[in-house]
Amino acid sequence: MILSRVLQQLVNGLSIGSIYALIAVGYSLIYSILRFSNFAHGSFLVVGAYAGFFIVTAMSIPFIPAVLLAILTAGLAAVTTERVAYRPIRERNSPTLYFIIASMGIAIFCEHTIVATIGPKFRTYPRVLAATGVDLGLVSMSKMDVMAAFMAFLFLIVLQYFITRTKQGCAIQAASYDLQAAGLMGVNVNRLVGTVFLIAGILAGLSGVFLGMKYTVYPQLGYLTIKAFVAAIFGGLGSLPGAIAGSLLLGVMEAFIAAFLSSQLRDLFVFSLLIAVLLVKPGGLMGKYVEEKV
Amino acid sequence: MAYIQGVMIIICVNLMGVLGVSLLTGFTGMFSFGHAAYMALGAYTSAILVGRLGMPFVVGLLAAAAFAALASVIIGYPTVRLVGDYFAIAALGFGEATRLILDNGGSLTGGARGFVGVPKHTTLPIAILIVILGAILMRNIINSRFGRSFVAIREDKLAAEAMGINTARSRMLSLAISAAYAGVGGSMFAHYLTFLQPVMFDINKSTELAATVVFGGLGSMTGSIIACIILTSIPEIFRPFYLWRMVFYGLALVTTIVLRPQGLLGSFEITLEGTRRFLTAPFRRRVSAGGGARWQS
Repeated sequence: MILSRVLQQLVNGLSIGSIYALIAVGYSLIYSILRFSNFAHGSFLVVGAYAGFFIVTAMSIPFIPAVLLAILTAGLAAVTTERVAYRPIRERNSPTLYFIIASMGIAIFCEHTIVATIGPKFRTYPRVLAATGVDLGLVSMSKMDVMAAFMAFLFLIVLQYFITRTKQGCAIQAASYDLQAAGLMGVNVNRLVGTVFLIAGILAGLSGVFLGMKYTVYPQLGYLTIKAFVAAIFGGLGSLPGAIAGSLLLGVMEAFIAAFLSSQLRDLFVFSLLIAVLLVKPGGLMGKYVEEKV
Repeated sequence: MAYIQGVMIIICVNLMGVLGVSLLTGFTGMFSFGHAAYMALGAYTSAILVGRLGMPFVVGLLAAAAFAALASVIIGYPTVRLVGDYFAIAALGFGEATRLILDNGGSLTGGARGFVGVPKHTTLPIAILIVILGAILMRNIINSRFGRSFVAIREDKLAAEAMGINTARSRMLSLAISAAYAGVGGSMFAHYLTFLQPVMFDINKSTELAATVVFGGLGSMTGSIIACIILTSIPEIFRPFYLWRMVFYGLALVTTIVLRPQGLLGSFEITLEGTRRFLTAPFRRRVSAGGGARWQS
Protein backbone atom coordinates (compact mmCIF):
# COMPACT_ATOMS: atom_id res chain seq x y z
CA MET A 1 0.00 0.00 0.00
CA ILE A 2 2.73 2.42 1.00
CA LEU A 3 4.70 1.36 -2.07
CA SER A 4 1.81 2.23 -4.31
CA ARG A 5 1.49 5.65 -2.65
CA VAL A 6 5.19 6.34 -3.06
CA LEU A 7 5.15 5.27 -6.69
CA GLN A 8 2.05 7.35 -7.36
CA GLN A 9 3.71 10.48 -5.94
CA LEU A 10 6.83 9.72 -7.96
CA VAL A 11 4.76 9.66 -11.14
CA ASN A 12 2.88 12.83 -10.17
CA GLY A 13 6.16 14.55 -9.43
CA LEU A 14 7.73 13.54 -12.73
CA SER A 15 4.63 14.71 -14.55
CA ILE A 16 4.75 18.24 -13.08
CA GLY A 17 8.54 18.16 -13.21
CA SER A 18 8.50 17.64 -16.97
CA ILE A 19 6.42 20.80 -17.32
CA TYR A 20 8.86 22.71 -15.10
CA ALA A 21 11.63 21.37 -17.34
CA LEU A 22 10.08 23.02 -20.41
CA ILE A 23 10.11 26.37 -18.60
CA ALA A 24 13.53 25.95 -16.99
CA VAL A 25 15.26 24.89 -20.22
CA GLY A 26 14.14 28.00 -22.11
CA TYR A 27 14.99 30.20 -19.17
CA SER A 28 18.42 28.60 -18.82
CA LEU A 29 19.03 28.94 -22.55
CA ILE A 30 18.42 32.68 -22.41
CA TYR A 31 20.59 32.94 -19.32
CA SER A 32 23.43 31.09 -21.00
CA ILE A 33 23.44 33.53 -23.95
CA LEU A 34 22.59 36.92 -22.45
CA ARG A 35 23.65 36.24 -18.82
CA PHE A 36 20.58 37.63 -17.22
CA SER A 37 17.60 36.19 -15.47
CA ASN A 38 14.61 36.69 -17.75
CA PHE A 39 11.74 37.38 -15.36
CA ALA A 40 9.45 37.94 -18.33
CA HIS A 41 9.56 34.21 -19.01
CA GLY A 42 6.28 33.73 -17.17
CA SER A 43 4.62 36.14 -19.59
CA PHE A 44 5.49 33.92 -22.56
CA LEU A 45 3.90 31.04 -20.68
CA VAL A 46 0.73 33.00 -19.97
CA VAL A 47 0.50 34.18 -23.59
CA GLY A 48 0.74 30.54 -24.71
CA ALA A 49 -1.88 29.43 -22.22
CA TYR A 50 -4.39 32.13 -23.23
CA ALA A 51 -3.69 31.72 -26.94
CA GLY A 52 -4.32 27.98 -26.61
CA PHE A 53 -7.48 28.59 -24.65
CA PHE A 54 -8.97 31.02 -27.15
CA ILE A 55 -7.93 29.00 -30.18
CA VAL A 56 -9.43 25.81 -28.79
CA THR A 57 -12.67 27.43 -27.58
CA ALA A 58 -13.31 30.02 -30.28
CA MET A 59 -12.14 28.33 -33.46
CA SER A 60 -13.00 24.84 -34.51
CA ILE A 61 -9.44 23.70 -35.04
CA PRO A 62 -8.38 20.21 -34.06
CA PHE A 63 -6.40 19.97 -30.87
CA ILE A 64 -2.83 19.38 -32.09
CA PRO A 65 -2.76 22.20 -34.70
CA ALA A 66 -4.35 24.44 -32.09
CA VAL A 67 -1.53 23.71 -29.67
CA LEU A 68 1.06 24.34 -32.38
CA LEU A 69 -0.59 27.67 -33.19
CA ALA A 70 -0.65 28.62 -29.51
CA ILE A 71 3.01 27.86 -28.91
CA LEU A 72 3.96 29.73 -32.06
CA THR A 73 2.11 32.76 -30.69
CA ALA A 74 4.11 32.49 -27.47
CA GLY A 75 7.32 32.17 -29.48
CA LEU A 76 6.46 35.30 -31.47
CA ALA A 77 5.65 37.14 -28.24
CA ALA A 78 9.11 36.24 -26.96
CA VAL A 79 10.81 37.39 -30.15
CA THR A 80 8.88 40.66 -30.07
CA THR A 81 9.83 41.22 -26.44
CA GLU A 82 13.47 40.71 -27.31
CA ARG A 83 13.25 42.99 -30.31
CA VAL A 84 11.44 45.82 -28.55
CA ALA A 85 12.88 45.74 -25.05
CA TYR A 86 16.11 43.79 -24.83
CA ARG A 87 17.84 44.64 -28.08
CA PRO A 88 18.16 48.39 -27.34
CA ILE A 89 19.61 47.52 -23.93
CA ARG A 90 21.92 44.95 -25.51
CA GLU A 91 23.19 47.39 -28.09
CA ARG A 92 23.97 50.01 -25.47
CA ASN A 93 26.07 47.49 -23.55
CA SER A 94 24.14 48.32 -20.38
CA PRO A 95 24.66 46.53 -17.05
CA THR A 96 22.75 43.32 -16.32
CA LEU A 97 20.66 45.27 -13.83
CA TYR A 98 18.85 46.98 -16.72
CA PHE A 99 17.88 43.65 -18.28
CA ILE A 100 16.52 42.41 -14.96
CA ILE A 101 14.49 45.57 -14.41
CA ALA A 102 13.12 45.58 -17.96
CA SER A 103 12.16 41.89 -17.79
CA MET A 104 10.32 42.38 -14.51
CA GLY A 105 8.55 45.38 -15.99
CA ILE A 106 7.40 43.26 -18.93
CA ALA A 107 6.15 40.55 -16.58
CA ILE A 108 4.08 43.06 -14.59
CA PHE A 109 2.85 44.79 -17.75
CA CYS A 110 1.67 41.51 -19.34
CA GLU A 111 -0.04 40.22 -16.22
CA HIS A 112 -1.99 43.39 -15.62
CA THR A 113 -2.81 44.02 -19.27
CA ILE A 114 -4.48 40.61 -19.23
CA VAL A 115 -6.29 41.43 -15.99
CA ALA A 116 -7.49 44.75 -17.45
CA THR A 117 -8.56 43.43 -20.86
CA ILE A 118 -9.44 39.73 -20.66
CA GLY A 119 -10.24 39.81 -16.96
CA PRO A 120 -8.92 38.17 -13.79
CA LYS A 121 -11.30 35.19 -14.11
CA PHE A 122 -10.04 31.62 -13.92
CA ARG A 123 -10.86 29.81 -17.16
CA THR A 124 -11.02 26.09 -17.70
CA TYR A 125 -9.87 24.46 -20.90
CA PRO A 126 -12.55 22.44 -22.62
CA ARG A 127 -12.14 18.74 -22.02
CA VAL A 128 -10.03 17.90 -25.02
CA LEU A 129 -8.58 14.79 -23.57
CA ALA A 130 -10.84 12.81 -21.32
CA ALA A 131 -9.72 12.83 -17.73
CA THR A 132 -9.88 9.05 -17.71
CA GLY A 133 -6.89 7.51 -16.11
CA VAL A 134 -4.38 5.12 -17.51
CA ASP A 135 -4.13 2.34 -14.97
CA LEU A 136 -0.73 0.78 -14.67
CA GLY A 137 -1.38 -1.56 -11.77
CA LEU A 138 0.21 0.23 -8.82
CA VAL A 139 -0.15 3.73 -10.22
CA SER A 140 -2.60 5.59 -12.38
CA MET A 141 -2.14 8.69 -14.48
CA SER A 142 -4.53 10.85 -16.43
CA LYS A 143 -4.18 10.65 -20.19
CA MET A 144 -3.35 14.33 -20.24
CA ASP A 145 -0.40 13.91 -17.91
CA VAL A 146 0.97 11.09 -20.03
CA MET A 147 0.68 13.20 -23.14
CA ALA A 148 2.18 16.29 -21.49
CA ALA A 149 5.21 14.35 -20.29
CA PHE A 150 5.57 12.68 -23.68
CA MET A 151 5.34 15.96 -25.61
CA ALA A 152 7.73 17.65 -23.18
CA PHE A 153 10.37 15.01 -23.73
CA LEU A 154 9.81 15.02 -27.48
CA PHE A 155 10.43 18.76 -27.60
CA LEU A 156 13.48 18.53 -25.37
CA ILE A 157 14.99 15.81 -27.55
CA VAL A 158 14.38 17.90 -30.68
CA LEU A 159 16.02 20.84 -28.93
CA GLN A 160 19.00 18.71 -27.94
CA TYR A 161 19.33 17.59 -31.57
CA PHE A 162 19.04 21.17 -32.79
CA ILE A 163 21.72 22.46 -30.43
CA THR A 164 24.26 19.69 -30.93
CA ARG A 165 23.74 18.77 -34.58
CA THR A 166 22.91 21.92 -36.56
CA LYS A 167 24.95 24.93 -37.57
CA GLN A 168 22.69 27.39 -35.78
CA GLY A 169 22.84 25.20 -32.67
CA CYS A 170 26.60 25.20 -32.89
CA ALA A 171 26.49 29.00 -32.96
CA ILE A 172 24.30 28.96 -29.85
CA GLN A 173 26.85 26.79 -28.08
CA ALA A 174 29.61 29.16 -29.07
CA ALA A 175 27.60 32.17 -27.95
CA SER A 176 27.01 30.58 -24.56
CA TYR A 177 30.77 30.77 -24.01
CA ASP A 178 31.18 34.28 -25.34
CA LEU A 179 28.52 36.14 -27.28
CA GLN A 180 30.85 38.91 -28.38
CA ALA A 181 33.51 36.55 -29.67
CA ALA A 182 30.87 34.55 -31.53
CA GLY A 183 29.78 37.79 -33.18
CA LEU A 184 33.35 38.51 -34.22
CA MET A 185 33.58 35.03 -35.76
CA GLY A 186 30.79 35.95 -38.15
CA VAL A 187 27.73 34.72 -36.27
CA ASN A 188 24.74 36.97 -36.81
CA VAL A 189 24.16 37.83 -33.17
CA ASN A 190 20.75 39.45 -33.58
CA ARG A 191 19.39 36.44 -35.45
CA LEU A 192 20.94 34.08 -32.94
CA VAL A 193 19.39 35.86 -29.96
CA GLY A 194 16.09 35.96 -31.86
CA THR A 195 16.25 32.19 -32.42
CA VAL A 196 16.99 31.59 -28.76
CA PHE A 197 14.00 33.67 -27.73
CA LEU A 198 11.80 31.89 -30.26
CA ILE A 199 12.80 28.51 -28.82
CA ALA A 200 12.41 29.69 -25.24
CA GLY A 201 9.01 31.22 -26.04
CA ILE A 202 7.79 28.04 -27.76
CA LEU A 203 8.83 25.87 -24.82
CA ALA A 204 7.25 28.29 -22.34
CA GLY A 205 4.07 28.43 -24.43
CA LEU A 206 3.86 24.64 -24.50
CA SER A 207 4.20 24.48 -20.73
CA GLY A 208 1.52 27.17 -20.51
CA VAL A 209 -0.92 25.09 -22.55
CA PHE A 210 -0.25 22.04 -20.37
CA LEU A 211 -0.56 23.98 -17.12
CA GLY A 212 -3.78 25.48 -18.44
CA MET A 213 -5.19 22.03 -19.17
CA LYS A 214 -3.93 20.56 -15.88
CA TYR A 215 -5.22 23.40 -13.71
CA THR A 216 -6.89 26.52 -15.14
CA VAL A 217 -5.82 29.63 -17.05
CA TYR A 218 -5.50 32.84 -15.07
CA PRO A 219 -3.30 35.96 -15.35
CA GLN A 220 -1.04 35.00 -12.42
CA LEU A 221 -0.21 31.60 -13.93
CA GLY A 222 3.19 33.03 -14.81
CA TYR A 223 4.28 33.05 -11.17
CA LEU A 224 4.81 29.31 -11.43
CA THR A 225 7.97 30.17 -13.32
CA ILE A 226 9.60 31.12 -10.00
CA LYS A 227 9.68 27.39 -9.30
CA ALA A 228 11.27 26.71 -12.66
CA PHE A 229 13.87 29.41 -11.90
CA VAL A 230 14.66 27.63 -8.64
CA ALA A 231 14.84 24.34 -10.51
CA ALA A 232 17.25 25.89 -13.02
CA ILE A 233 19.49 27.17 -10.24
CA PHE A 234 19.23 23.82 -8.45
CA GLY A 235 20.37 22.07 -11.62
CA GLY A 236 22.98 24.69 -12.45
CA LEU A 237 22.07 28.02 -14.04
CA GLY A 238 22.89 28.04 -17.74
CA SER A 239 23.17 24.26 -18.07
CA LEU A 240 20.39 22.58 -20.09
CA PRO A 241 20.79 19.01 -18.73
CA GLY A 242 21.01 20.61 -15.30
CA ALA A 243 17.74 22.45 -15.86
CA ILE A 244 15.98 19.20 -16.79
CA ALA A 245 17.43 17.24 -13.86
CA GLY A 246 16.69 20.06 -11.44
CA SER A 247 13.08 20.36 -12.66
CA LEU A 248 12.35 16.64 -12.39
CA LEU A 249 13.92 16.44 -8.92
CA LEU A 250 12.05 19.55 -7.76
CA GLY A 251 8.77 18.16 -9.11
CA VAL A 252 9.25 14.85 -7.30
CA MET A 253 10.29 16.49 -4.02
CA GLU A 254 7.29 18.83 -4.18
CA ALA A 255 4.93 15.94 -4.78
CA PHE A 256 6.29 14.02 -1.80
CA ILE A 257 6.14 17.01 0.51
CA ALA A 258 2.60 17.87 -0.56
CA ALA A 259 1.47 14.26 -0.10
CA PHE A 260 3.26 13.24 3.07
CA LEU A 261 3.79 16.50 4.99
CA SER A 262 1.54 19.39 4.02
CA SER A 263 0.65 21.14 0.83
CA GLN A 264 1.12 24.55 2.47
CA LEU A 265 4.75 23.70 3.20
CA ARG A 266 5.38 22.95 -0.45
CA ASP A 267 6.06 26.49 -1.66
CA LEU A 268 8.02 27.33 1.47
CA PHE A 269 10.15 24.29 0.75
CA VAL A 270 10.96 25.56 -2.75
CA PHE A 271 12.27 28.79 -1.27
CA SER A 272 14.28 26.98 1.42
CA LEU A 273 15.79 24.77 -1.26
CA LEU A 274 16.86 27.87 -3.19
CA ILE A 275 18.57 29.36 -0.14
CA ALA A 276 20.21 26.02 0.71
CA VAL A 277 21.55 25.56 -2.81
CA LEU A 278 22.90 29.12 -2.91
CA LEU A 279 24.61 28.59 0.44
CA VAL A 280 26.13 25.20 -0.26
CA LYS A 281 26.74 25.05 -3.97
CA PRO A 282 25.67 28.14 -5.95
CA GLY A 283 26.72 26.42 -9.16
CA GLY A 284 23.95 23.87 -8.71
CA LEU A 285 24.13 20.19 -9.54
CA MET A 286 25.67 20.41 -13.00
CA GLY A 287 26.78 23.95 -13.58
CA LYS A 288 29.76 25.64 -12.16
CA TYR A 289 29.55 29.06 -10.69
CA VAL A 290 31.75 31.39 -12.69
CA GLU A 291 32.89 34.70 -11.28
CA GLU A 292 32.81 37.69 -13.57
CA LYS A 293 35.93 37.90 -15.66
CA VAL A 294 37.80 41.08 -16.50
CA MET B 1 -9.22 67.28 4.01
CA ALA B 2 -8.90 63.95 5.78
CA TYR B 3 -8.61 62.36 2.36
CA ILE B 4 -5.73 64.59 1.29
CA GLN B 5 -4.07 63.97 4.64
CA GLY B 6 -4.43 60.24 4.06
CA VAL B 7 -2.84 60.49 0.63
CA MET B 8 0.02 62.48 2.11
CA ILE B 9 0.59 59.88 4.83
CA ILE B 10 0.65 57.13 2.19
CA ILE B 11 3.20 59.21 0.25
CA CYS B 12 5.32 59.31 3.42
CA VAL B 13 5.01 55.53 3.86
CA ASN B 14 6.01 54.94 0.25
CA LEU B 15 8.84 57.43 0.58
CA MET B 16 10.45 55.33 3.32
CA GLY B 17 10.29 52.24 1.12
CA VAL B 18 11.50 54.18 -1.91
CA LEU B 19 14.47 55.63 0.01
CA GLY B 20 15.43 52.07 0.91
CA VAL B 21 15.10 50.74 -2.64
CA SER B 22 16.92 53.80 -3.95
CA LEU B 23 19.94 52.97 -1.80
CA LEU B 24 19.90 49.31 -2.83
CA THR B 25 19.07 49.56 -6.54
CA GLY B 26 20.08 53.10 -7.40
CA PHE B 27 23.30 53.31 -5.44
CA THR B 28 24.45 49.72 -4.93
CA GLY B 29 23.14 48.20 -8.16
CA MET B 30 21.19 45.31 -6.62
CA PHE B 31 17.65 44.75 -7.84
CA SER B 32 15.00 43.59 -5.41
CA PHE B 33 11.44 42.63 -6.17
CA GLY B 34 10.81 41.67 -2.57
CA HIS B 35 10.88 44.94 -0.70
CA ALA B 36 7.19 44.76 0.09
CA ALA B 37 8.12 41.77 2.26
CA TYR B 38 10.32 43.93 4.48
CA MET B 39 7.47 46.42 4.74
CA ALA B 40 5.19 43.56 5.74
CA LEU B 41 7.62 42.29 8.37
CA GLY B 42 7.98 45.80 9.77
CA ALA B 43 4.23 46.34 9.77
CA TYR B 44 3.45 43.06 11.55
CA THR B 45 6.33 43.38 14.04
CA SER B 46 5.16 46.82 15.03
CA ALA B 47 1.51 45.78 15.07
CA ILE B 48 2.22 42.84 17.39
CA LEU B 49 4.53 44.78 19.74
CA VAL B 50 2.36 47.89 20.03
CA GLY B 51 -1.07 46.41 19.44
CA ARG B 52 -0.78 43.17 21.42
CA LEU B 53 1.97 43.82 23.94
CA GLY B 54 1.21 47.48 24.57
CA MET B 55 4.65 48.88 23.89
CA PRO B 56 5.11 52.53 22.85
CA PHE B 57 5.04 53.49 19.16
CA VAL B 58 8.75 54.41 19.10
CA VAL B 59 9.69 50.89 20.20
CA GLY B 60 7.47 49.52 17.45
CA LEU B 61 9.18 51.68 14.83
CA LEU B 62 12.68 50.72 15.96
CA ALA B 63 11.81 47.03 16.31
CA ALA B 64 10.27 47.09 12.81
CA ALA B 65 13.52 48.47 11.41
CA ALA B 66 15.63 45.97 13.33
CA PHE B 67 13.52 42.94 12.43
CA ALA B 68 13.34 43.83 8.74
CA ALA B 69 17.11 44.30 8.67
CA LEU B 70 17.59 40.97 10.44
CA ALA B 71 15.30 39.21 7.95
CA SER B 72 17.28 40.65 5.06
CA VAL B 73 20.25 38.59 6.26
CA ILE B 74 18.36 35.43 5.29
CA ILE B 75 18.57 36.26 1.60
CA GLY B 76 21.56 38.55 1.81
CA TYR B 77 23.99 36.15 3.41
CA PRO B 78 23.83 33.44 0.71
CA THR B 79 23.59 35.82 -2.26
CA VAL B 80 25.70 38.97 -1.74
CA ARG B 81 28.81 37.11 -2.89
CA LEU B 82 27.17 35.95 -6.14
CA VAL B 83 26.22 37.87 -9.28
CA GLY B 84 23.09 39.98 -9.16
CA ASP B 85 20.65 37.50 -10.70
CA TYR B 86 20.81 35.12 -7.78
CA PHE B 87 19.96 37.93 -5.42
CA ALA B 88 17.03 39.05 -7.60
CA ILE B 89 15.59 35.52 -7.76
CA ALA B 90 16.09 34.96 -4.03
CA ALA B 91 14.44 38.31 -3.29
CA LEU B 92 11.45 37.35 -5.42
CA GLY B 93 11.17 33.99 -3.62
CA PHE B 94 11.56 35.69 -0.25
CA GLY B 95 8.62 37.96 -1.00
CA GLU B 96 6.37 35.00 -1.79
CA ALA B 97 7.62 33.01 1.22
CA THR B 98 6.93 35.91 3.60
CA ARG B 99 3.40 36.25 2.31
CA LEU B 100 2.87 32.51 2.78
CA ILE B 101 4.16 32.62 6.36
CA LEU B 102 1.94 35.60 7.20
CA ASP B 103 -1.02 33.89 5.54
CA ASN B 104 -0.54 30.82 7.72
CA GLY B 105 0.53 32.65 10.87
CA GLY B 106 -2.58 31.64 12.85
CA SER B 107 -3.64 33.89 15.71
CA LEU B 108 -0.29 35.72 15.78
CA THR B 109 -0.75 37.41 12.39
CA GLY B 110 -4.45 36.84 11.85
CA GLY B 111 -3.73 34.84 8.70
CA ALA B 112 -5.17 35.78 5.35
CA ARG B 113 -8.19 37.43 6.97
CA GLY B 114 -5.99 40.11 8.44
CA PHE B 115 -4.73 41.67 11.62
CA VAL B 116 -7.23 44.02 13.22
CA GLY B 117 -6.90 46.52 16.00
CA VAL B 118 -3.53 48.13 15.47
CA PRO B 119 -3.52 51.36 17.51
CA LYS B 120 -3.54 54.52 15.40
CA HIS B 121 -0.36 56.50 15.95
CA THR B 122 0.75 57.75 12.53
CA THR B 123 -0.47 61.30 12.11
CA LEU B 124 0.65 63.54 9.29
CA PRO B 125 3.17 65.58 11.35
CA ILE B 126 4.75 62.40 12.75
CA ALA B 127 4.92 60.81 9.28
CA ILE B 128 6.53 63.91 7.76
CA LEU B 129 8.98 64.14 10.67
CA ILE B 130 10.05 60.51 10.22
CA VAL B 131 10.49 60.94 6.47
CA ILE B 132 12.57 64.11 6.86
CA LEU B 133 14.78 62.45 9.47
CA GLY B 134 15.03 59.36 7.24
CA ALA B 135 15.96 61.42 4.18
CA ILE B 136 18.64 63.39 6.03
CA LEU B 137 20.09 60.18 7.46
CA MET B 138 20.03 58.59 4.01
CA ARG B 139 21.79 61.57 2.49
CA ASN B 140 24.51 61.27 5.11
CA ILE B 141 24.83 57.51 4.48
CA ILE B 142 25.17 58.10 0.74
CA ASN B 143 27.82 60.76 1.28
CA SER B 144 29.70 58.67 3.82
CA ARG B 145 32.54 56.23 3.20
CA PHE B 146 29.95 53.42 3.00
CA GLY B 147 27.85 55.26 0.45
CA ARG B 148 30.82 55.88 -1.77
CA SER B 149 31.84 52.24 -1.56
CA PHE B 150 28.26 51.25 -2.58
CA VAL B 151 28.54 53.44 -5.67
CA ALA B 152 31.96 51.98 -6.43
CA ILE B 153 30.47 48.48 -6.30
CA ARG B 154 27.62 49.51 -8.59
CA GLU B 155 30.02 50.95 -11.15
CA ASP B 156 32.51 48.08 -11.13
CA LYS B 157 32.48 45.31 -8.57
CA LEU B 158 35.92 43.99 -9.48
CA ALA B 159 37.57 47.39 -9.44
CA ALA B 160 35.92 48.14 -6.10
CA GLU B 161 37.28 44.89 -4.71
CA ALA B 162 40.72 45.75 -6.03
CA MET B 163 40.53 49.08 -4.21
CA GLY B 164 40.14 47.19 -0.96
CA ILE B 165 36.36 47.38 -0.51
CA ASN B 166 34.82 44.31 1.09
CA THR B 167 32.07 44.01 -1.51
CA ALA B 168 30.13 41.25 0.21
CA ARG B 169 29.98 43.14 3.49
CA SER B 170 29.10 46.44 1.80
CA ARG B 171 26.31 44.85 -0.22
CA MET B 172 24.96 43.18 2.91
CA LEU B 173 25.07 46.50 4.76
CA SER B 174 23.26 48.28 1.94
CA LEU B 175 20.58 45.59 1.90
CA ALA B 176 20.13 45.73 5.68
CA ILE B 177 19.80 49.54 5.72
CA SER B 178 17.37 49.45 2.83
CA ALA B 179 15.30 46.73 4.54
CA ALA B 180 15.25 48.78 7.76
CA TYR B 181 13.83 51.77 5.87
CA ALA B 182 11.14 49.58 4.33
CA GLY B 183 10.43 48.16 7.79
CA VAL B 184 9.88 51.64 9.26
CA GLY B 185 7.61 52.43 6.30
CA GLY B 186 5.63 49.28 7.07
CA SER B 187 5.30 50.22 10.71
CA MET B 188 4.01 53.70 9.79
CA PHE B 189 1.56 52.07 7.40
CA ALA B 190 0.29 49.68 10.08
CA HIS B 191 -0.33 52.47 12.58
CA TYR B 192 -2.09 54.60 10.01
CA LEU B 193 -4.42 51.97 8.57
CA THR B 194 -4.93 50.05 11.86
CA PHE B 195 -5.61 46.93 9.81
CA LEU B 196 -3.18 44.63 8.00
CA GLN B 197 -3.55 41.91 5.41
CA PRO B 198 -0.71 39.93 3.80
CA VAL B 199 -2.10 40.71 0.33
CA MET B 200 -1.34 44.42 0.87
CA PHE B 201 2.34 43.56 0.60
CA ASP B 202 2.34 41.47 -2.57
CA ILE B 203 4.57 41.77 -5.60
CA ASN B 204 2.58 44.76 -6.86
CA LYS B 205 3.73 46.81 -3.89
CA SER B 206 7.34 45.82 -4.62
CA THR B 207 6.82 46.80 -8.25
CA GLU B 208 5.53 50.21 -7.20
CA LEU B 209 8.66 50.86 -5.13
CA ALA B 210 11.07 49.61 -7.81
CA ALA B 211 9.30 51.47 -10.63
CA THR B 212 9.36 54.68 -8.62
CA VAL B 213 13.11 54.46 -8.10
CA VAL B 214 13.81 53.60 -11.74
CA PHE B 215 11.52 56.36 -12.90
CA GLY B 216 13.11 58.93 -10.60
CA GLY B 217 16.61 58.03 -11.63
CA LEU B 218 18.90 55.22 -10.49
CA GLY B 219 21.41 56.99 -8.34
CA SER B 220 19.39 60.08 -7.44
CA MET B 221 17.76 60.23 -4.02
CA THR B 222 15.90 63.47 -4.70
CA GLY B 223 14.78 62.12 -8.08
CA SER B 224 13.28 59.10 -6.33
CA ILE B 225 11.55 61.33 -3.81
CA ILE B 226 9.99 63.50 -6.54
CA ALA B 227 8.97 60.39 -8.50
CA CYS B 228 7.38 58.93 -5.38
CA ILE B 229 5.31 62.05 -4.76
CA ILE B 230 4.18 62.12 -8.41
CA LEU B 231 3.55 58.39 -8.80
CA THR B 232 1.66 58.07 -5.52
CA SER B 233 -0.64 61.03 -6.12
CA ILE B 234 -1.36 60.57 -9.84
CA PRO B 235 -3.23 57.25 -9.41
CA GLU B 236 -5.42 58.96 -6.80
CA ILE B 237 -6.65 61.37 -9.49
CA PHE B 238 -7.27 58.52 -11.93
CA ARG B 239 -9.15 56.28 -9.48
CA PRO B 240 -11.66 55.06 -12.12
CA PHE B 241 -8.82 53.52 -14.13
CA TYR B 242 -7.39 51.60 -11.18
CA LEU B 243 -7.21 48.40 -13.25
CA TRP B 244 -4.65 50.04 -15.49
CA ARG B 245 -2.52 51.29 -12.62
CA MET B 246 -0.17 48.31 -12.55
CA VAL B 247 -0.08 48.21 -16.37
CA PHE B 248 1.21 51.76 -16.16
CA TYR B 249 3.86 50.84 -13.58
CA GLY B 250 5.10 47.93 -15.69
CA LEU B 251 5.21 50.10 -18.78
CA ALA B 252 7.00 52.85 -16.86
CA LEU B 253 9.68 50.36 -15.82
CA VAL B 254 10.30 49.07 -19.35
CA THR B 255 10.10 52.35 -21.23
CA THR B 256 12.29 54.18 -18.73
CA ILE B 257 14.98 51.50 -18.94
CA VAL B 258 14.77 51.24 -22.73
CA LEU B 259 14.41 54.90 -23.66
CA ARG B 260 15.84 56.89 -20.78
CA PRO B 261 17.74 54.57 -18.42
CA GLN B 262 18.95 57.47 -16.33
CA GLY B 263 15.34 58.22 -15.33
CA LEU B 264 13.92 61.59 -14.42
CA LEU B 265 17.04 63.07 -12.84
CA GLY B 266 19.80 60.58 -13.65
CA SER B 267 22.35 60.85 -10.89
CA PHE B 268 21.62 64.53 -10.41
CA GLU B 269 20.67 65.59 -6.90
CA ILE B 270 18.61 68.61 -5.96
CA THR B 271 20.40 70.22 -3.02
CA LEU B 272 19.77 73.35 -1.02
CA GLU B 273 23.04 74.81 -2.25
CA GLY B 274 22.19 73.97 -5.87
CA THR B 275 18.73 75.49 -5.57
CA ARG B 276 20.12 78.66 -4.09
CA ARG B 277 22.66 78.90 -6.86
CA PHE B 278 19.99 78.25 -9.48
CA LEU B 279 17.72 80.94 -8.07
CA THR B 280 20.46 83.51 -7.72
CA ALA B 281 22.05 82.73 -11.07
CA PRO B 282 20.57 85.77 -12.92
CA PHE B 283 21.89 88.12 -10.26
CA ARG B 284 25.32 86.55 -10.17
CA ARG B 285 25.67 86.85 -13.90
CA ARG B 286 25.08 90.58 -13.65
CA VAL B 287 27.70 90.86 -10.96
CA SER B 288 30.27 88.95 -12.95
CA ALA B 289 29.44 90.96 -16.05
CA GLY B 290 30.28 93.98 -13.99
CA GLY B 291 33.73 92.63 -13.57
CA GLY B 292 33.88 91.61 -9.92
CA ALA B 293 33.65 88.28 -8.10
CA ARG B 294 34.19 86.23 -11.20
CA TRP B 295 35.87 83.38 -9.35
CA GLN B 296 33.49 83.26 -6.47
CA SER B 297 31.39 80.32 -7.57
